[in-house]
Formats: sequence, C-alpha cells, structure tokens
Amino acid sequence: MTDARHERAPGDRPSREMHASAPSELLVYTIGLFVAVLLTATSFWAANTTLLWPGGVLLGLAVLAIAQMGIHLVFFLHITSGPESTNNVLALAFGVLIVFVVIAGTMWIVADMSTNMMMPSGAPMSMQH
Amino acid sequence: MNLLGKLDWNAIPLHEPIIMGATGFMVLVVVVVLGFVTAKGAWLYLWREWLTSVDHKRIGTMYCILALVMMLRGFSDAIMIRSQQALAAGGAQGYLPPEHFNQIFSAHGTIMILFMAMPFVVGLMNFAVPLQLGVRDVAFPTLNSVSFWLTASGALLVNISLAVGEFSKATWWGYPPLSEMQYSPGVGVDYYLWSLQISGIGTLLAGINFVTTILKLRAPGMSYMRMPVFCWTALAANLLIVAAFPVLTATLAMLALDRYLGFHFFSLEGQGNQMLYSNLFWVWGHPEVYILILPAFGVFSEVMATFSGKPLFGYRSMVAATMTICILSFLVWLHHFFTMGASANVNGFFGVMSMIIALPTGAKVFNWLFTMYGGRVRFSVPVLWSIGFMVTFVIGGMTGVLLAVPPADFQLHNSVFLVAHFHNVAIGGVVFGVMAGYNYWFPKAFGFKLDERWGKASFWCWLVGFYVAFMPLYVLGLMGMTRRMQHYDNLSWRPWLIAAAFGTAIILVGVVCQVVQLVVSIRNREELRDVTGDPWNGRTLEWATASPPPAWNFAFQPKVAELDAFWSSKNRAQATKDEPTPTRKYEPVEMPKNSATGFVTAFFAVVIGFALIWHIWWLASVGVFGAFVTLLAFSFRRYNEIEVPAEEVARFVRSHQAGVAA
Amino acid sequence: MNIAVAIDQIPQDELPSASEAGPAPKRIVVAYGFWIFLLSDIIMFAAFFASYAVLVRSTAGGPTGAQLFNQTTVAIETVCLLVSSYTCGLMSLAINSRRYLRTYLGALITFALGAAFLSLEIREFSSMIAIGAAPQRSAFLSAFFTLVGCHGLHVALGLIWLIVMMVQVAVFGFAARVQHRLLCFSLFWHALDIVWVGVFTVVYLMGVSS
Repeated sequence: MTDARHERAPGDRPSREMHASAPSELLVYTIGLFVAVLLTATSFWAANTTLLWPGGVLLGLAVLAIAQMGIHLVFFLHITSGPESTNNVLALAFGVLIVFVVIAGTMWIVADMSTNMMMPSGAPMSMQH
Repeated sequence: MNLLGKLDWNAIPLHEPIIMGATGFMVLVVVVVLGFVTAKGAWLYLWREWLTSVDHKRIGTMYCILALVMMLRGFSDAIMIRSQQALAAGGAQGYLPPEHFNQIFSAHGTIMILFMAMPFVVGLMNFAVPLQLGVRDVAFPTLNSVSFWLTASGALLVNISLAVGEFSKATWWGYPPLSEMQYSPGVGVDYYLWSLQISGIGTLLAGINFVTTILKLRAPGMSYMRMPVFCWTALAANLLIVAAFPVLTATLAMLALDRYLGFHFFSLEGQGNQMLYSNLFWVWGHPEVYILILPAFGVFSEVMATFSGKPLFGYRSMVAATMTICILSFLVWLHHFFTMGASANVNGFFGVMSMIIALPTGAKVFNWLFTMYGGRVRFSVPVLWSIGFMVTFVIGGMTGVLLAVPPADFQLHNSVFLVAHFHNVAIGGVVFGVMAGYNYWFPKAFGFKLDERWGKASFWCWLVGFYVAFMPLYVLGLMGMTRRMQHYDNLSWRPWLIAAAFGTAIILVGVVCQVVQLVVSIRNREELRDVTGDPWNGRTLEWATASPPPAWNFAFQPKVAELDAFWSSKNRAQATKDEPTPTRKYEPVEMPKNSATGFVTAFFAVVIGFALIWHIWWLASVGVFGAFVTLLAFSFRRYNEIEVPAEEVARFVRSHQAGVAA
Repeated sequence: MNIAVAIDQIPQDELPSASEAGPAPKRIVVAYGFWIFLLSDIIMFAAFFASYAVLVRSTAGGPTGAQLFNQTTVAIETVCLLVSSYTCGLMSLAINSRRYLRTYLGALITFALGAAFLSLEIREFSSMIAIGAAPQRSAFLSAFFTLVGCHGLHVALGLIWLIVMMVQVAVFGFAARVQHRLLCFSLFWHALDIVWVGVFTVVYLMGVSS
C-alpha cells in the first residue's frame, strides 16, 4: 500500500509481507474488543465495590482507564513499538506529556492556592454566600 | 424578537472625535485601496493570483502584509498610550478618558501579539520553510489558505470594533471577573473573544500543517540533522502551537459560555474559580511567547551564518537548545501569577524552571557570537537587526531572570518594570527578528532587494528609540509606578514618561523609514534587482531557485547530502566547472489547484463572529450553515491538482539561466 | 554549471533511512496531519478535564455527581461506543479490501450505535435540566455539561462526517482521497472512544464512588 522506506501512516496496520506471522486483522479487533469490555466491566465493578478502601478505588479506576486506553491504542489504532511508527509514537508521547502537564499542573496549582489562601477547598474566591 | 440583536445606531460612537477620526481614516484607506484596484482593473488578477491562491509563498506574503498593516494599527495605540501618560500628570487629565484608554491598551496588547507578531512569524515560516526543505508546497495547501483567511478574519473583527461598538477594556488576557457579563456588559469582551477564537483556530490549523510538512515532506536525503536551523525552530514553534492553542480555545470557550449562557466557570456566583482562568490562560500564554521567539531565533541563525560566510557555530547544540526550550516553555506558566497566592513550594518550582530556560537561550547567544567570530561579516541590514537583537535581548533576558525570582516578582509585579521587561524581549527579540527576516527574504519573494540606506536608518531609529522609550520604564517601575495608568498624581514620574514618549517618537521615525524604504525600493526596483536568485551568497535551499521562485519552487526535486545543502552544492559546482552540463529531461509538475475555500470560509467566519458579538442568532446560524456548505463543496471537488506542462517548467529554467548569464 | 543540476548529482548510497527518503506518500501525510490534529483535540479535552477536576466539588449547594449520575445509562452508553469502535474497525477492513456492501453495513451499524449513544446522552442531559441541575446551577455542573457535552458534540460531528463519507463512497467509489478520509474518520472515531474512557472513569465512576 505504501512505500516500505517510509514510516507507516497512523492507524494503518503493519504490512503483511513484513510480518508473515501476524494474526488476522479481524482477530486483532476482536481481541481488542474483548479485552476492552473486560476492563470496562472491571471498572464498573471497582466503582461499586466495598472491598477496597476509598483511595484504592480511585487508584484502581485510574489504572484500569490507562490500561484500556493502551488497549485501544494497540488493538484499534495499531500503535507498535517498531521503527516504522517512530514518528507516530513520538507525537503521541509529546501529546501525552502535554496532557499530563496541563491536568496535573492545573490541579496542583489551584489546589495549592486554595489551601494556601486558607479558604475551604473548592470555594476559593467566592464571597457571596 | 429583535432581528439585529443588540446592534443599533448607538453602537457607532459618533460623539467620540478620536475614534471617529481613526474610523474615517481607516475607511479612507480601504476606499483608496479598493479604488486603486478597480482603477487598475486588477480584481480578477487579485482574485486568481492572491485571494484564492494556495501557494505557500503567496500566503506567506499575505500574512506578512497583514502583520505590517496591523503593526501600524497597534503602533498608533502605543503612541496614544505614551502621549496620554506624558500628559496626564497631576491636575491634567490628558486627552483620553479612562474607558477609551482601557480599550487602547487592551487593543494594543491583543493586536501586537496575535495580529502583528503571530502573522509575521507564521508568514515567514510559510514563505521560507517549504523552500528550505526543498519541496513544492506545504502538506495541506488549501488548509493553509483557510488558516490565513481565518487569521485575517480575526484581525478584521478587531478593526470593526473600532467603528461598531467598542473593544475590550479588560486587558489582552481578559481576566474574570472583570471580563464577565456582570462587569463588562458591553460587546468589547465579545469582540476580543471571537476575534481570538477565530484567528486561534486558524493558527492551530497552520501549526498542524507545518508540523506535518516538516516531519513528512523533506527533500530526499534531508535527515533531521541536515535541516536548516530555521526549520528546526519552526518545528518547535509549531509543536507548541499544536500543544498550546487548544488550551486557549477551551479557555475562551468557557469564558464565552459564562458570558452567553450564564455558566459558572469563572464567575463570582455558583462557586466559579477565577484562578482557573489565569492558570489556563497562561498555560497557553507562556508557550505563546516561545512560539513567537523561536522562529526569530531561527532567522538570526540563518542571517548570522549567511552574512558571516561560515557554517553556524554549534549546529547540534542549537537544535538541542531549541527543543529543550520547546519542552521547558510548558513548565513555567505560573510565573505570570506568582502573586496570586500559591505557596512557596509551587512558586519556587516555577521560578527555578523559569530561570533554567535562560541556559539554552544563553547557549544560543554564544553560538551566534562564535559564528561571527573569525568570519567576514557583511554589515547588511539583516545583520544590524541581528546584532541589535543580541544586545537588547540579553538585557531583556536578564531582567526576566530577575522577575523569575518570586520575592523580586512580588515587588515588581504589575509595575511598569514588567512592561519594560516584556517589551525588551518582544521588541528586541520578536520585532527585530521579523524585521531581519523581512529584509533577508524580501529579495527572494520579489526579485529585488530592499533599499539599504533607508533600512539602516529605520534600524537605528528603532534601536535608539527602543532604549529611550523603555529604559525609563525600568526606572519608573522601581519608583513604584503601576501599569495601565490613565492618570497619576506623582509628578516626579513625569520627566521619565516624557522621555519615554520621546523614545516612541523616535520609533515612529523608524516606522516611517520602513514605509519609505518599501516605497523607494519598489520605485528603484530595476537597480535593486537580483537575477541570480542568490543575493546574499546563501547557504540553504531557498537560494537555489529563482527569485521570485516559480509556483513549483524547484524544477527538479533537490537532493541533499549534508547540512547547508546549497552552499555545498555551490562548492561542488565550482570544483566541476569544466565538465559539460548534463542535459536533463524536464517533467511535468503537479500543483495544487487554487481554491476559494479559504476566502469563503473566512467570510462566513466573520459573519459568525459578528453575529455572535451582537447576539444576532439567526445570522450566526446562517454563517455556520454557509461555512459547512463551503467545506462540503470543497470535499466534493473532483480534481484538486493541475499539471504544469514540462515545456513551461523548461521555459522558466531557460529564461532564468539566461538572466543569470546576462 | 547549473547549480540545480549539481544538487542532483549527489551520490545516493543504498536504500536511505525513513528520515532521508524524501516526501512521504499522500496517505501517510494526510493520516499524520490528522494524527497531529487529534493530539491537539485531546489537549483541548485535557483543559476541560482539568477544569472539571478543579471544579468538581464546587457544587454551590446544588446536587453532586453521586446524586445525579445513573450508572446503568453510562454503562449502556459505554457499550454503544465501544462496539461502534469495533464495527468502525471492521468497516476499515472492508474498505481496505474494497467491499462496498460490508463498508456500508459497517458504517450503518457504527452510525446507529453512535446515534444511540447520543440520544441517551441527550436524554440524560434533559432529565438533569428538568430537575434543576442545569449548567447554570453551579460551577460543577457547568464543568460537567461542558466536558461531556464537548465529547457529545464530537460524536455528533462524527456522525455527520460518516454520512458525508458514505455519500462520497457512493459517488467516487474507493478513490485514493476517499480512502484517506475514511482512514482519518476511523482515527477520529477511535480517539473519541479513548476520550470516553477518560470521561466515564473520571466523571461518572469516580463521581459515584467518592
């Protein structure tokens, strides 16, 4: 489909000639669906369980969500670690880094300001109660 | 139901002589330009060759023209701010009432950053990057046209605000709760919101386009470490655009939801959080600074290497420094609001990160110095701007490191010391950079050089004027003067403010010199003509083709084997001079077809923006529908390429070679 | 001698690496550009997620997430979107093997599941507004409606895009540029599913469990 010298287009599967032993494409999607459903079900179970302490639930949910995103990337978007998708993976890594910086930075900064200014968290500046 | 929303005749400030004068002047200029085009019968030419062009060189040129025009507008605002502050001391109130003064400084900041510096930088990248990469166009030519016209739409909305309604009085970053409906019930903030939103989407699309172009379209053989430094800085800047502008889009969308639908993101009621806005705004705002300065660094690198006749000193360290700055610029944004009340831990972290950025930047300055060292430096206009930059930017950078120390910032925050600092880096860095680039690439774009004498006059006026205008502000800041004052009682400030106003007048002479330079150069274009395509003895591929380059840039796809590809190929050509020139078979070139998509989409974007500003809901729906149909029509176009026949390519090359030989 | 020719006379060794291979084919360029767009889109979502995280406790005395969210609805929505991602994948298999009927069928199922998701979400929103939990009620609800609504808006745009693409398949067949756009569509649809994983975890599940 594409020139072998070039890197792969995002979303395209590795070419069959290079990976003769690669599983059938239908199978890849089906495995992805199966694992994703499993992880989703676990997430819904974890949210309602009383077996874990409250912090553990949040942690577990976060881990499950990240795992499921990874499953989607590998089985649906065909991200691999091979040299022919270096650019795609690098761009993705840059995006993940920025997403992390924006979310973690914002939460850290605003939470810190709220506590530092000794106002009840979540109600930092509102004075009209 | 009111068909015109909030719009009525009261929106036009007929009782304000200054605004009406400016509006009248603006209308006059537009009428003169339109009349000139009509008189020349150039409408069809303009439509075919420029307005619907998807050629990256044309689009880059239009970006730069937009930037130059908006620079005049933003600079008029600067003159008004400086003259008002020179006058309004003690009992005197000056000539600008507070509500007008507030609009002026808000417009000045918005215009200079988003509609002057941004288009200029994007324009230079548009023009130079594909040529330097040795390719025929950017990755998505039509999208490029859409980007430009969306940026122009935003600029148009800002200018409409002068005549119809008002502009924001809530500064160029529009902090809530001042920018909320409760405290800014007028349309000013809405003009600000939608002009930024529309041009921001244009810039985001341009960023996507350029990241893809640089990473996926390079001449054969041009590995990453053979890319010209300007392409590296463009890559870093566009990665920052892709990463930062979505945050601006989201933030402005939230403010718009607050204002239009009564949401409570940043409002005082409903437990909104104003600090969230400051935080998100500067998540975009700080990388934005580097989006502007990194390409300027790239221009200086190209200029220094070319005019010193030497390879750039420390190419690899330059690349490393650029990419380090690219990442670090995302970790410093809190230094814009040290005083908002974060604890020492947070302030300390962001203070240290801010100071660390000075390291790669310092490495760059040494690289430029060592590039000049031992070279035969030709002191042409681009070099003067570059040297002026190095001196000025280092001073600005040092005051920046000072401000990065949180305790110092607590003293200097919101004072004119800060104003002096960011003008020191913005003018000394970005403006000097785009001016160097403008003088450097002008002959490539138009086939003749800009006049040196007027160029030098302009540079010296800008340089001297800058110091006279902004050094007093450092002093005033230390004396305790806060920014954005329409009037002040402390008479000891006044001499310094008069000096600053005088400096602005010197810069005005510099701006006039620039206009004269352009006019004189166009008049004397035959004497200034450059037929070789390589007026500066250049090093990179853009100088390998004719000036102005043909639409297809290169008759044959260049192949690259090392850094400074054109320089090395010139040397090789020298070595093999006696061998007969091999004859090449010309091949037809496939070029993207012109498209009105960008222009029409932008027209509807203006309609949408204007309708939303004035709450004319039906018109906004019409605009959305129109834009959708336009894009749909484009997607159903059967042929997006035209073929330039091989004879035409061959004819162009032959006539160019004949010109070189003559 | 002509410089343009000299540039061309550089000895080219064996097969160059990807970074020296010259301009990439159109399919790669288009998909990569769209990949970068998706990253920017996800960063926009990150800003909304960050705002939601900051404002989640700012209920201003109004209802909290635990009082409002219905896990059954969310579970059905999630299944709809997940299965539609799967059928979208099957559709791209059909496209690559140029089978019209399977393509249309895949698109139809994907569309139906996306539309089901959207209607469930609209019903959820309207029932919340009906009991007074409108976005104007509190900062928390503003952030909730904006984050989830932004994802819903993306799904709606995706549905319109899918219709347009099917018309283009009917008009142009599997022309190269139609295939490129379909590749972009599948990237978009999978990315929306990834964002939804974040939404149901952060908003709904963490909302009811804490």
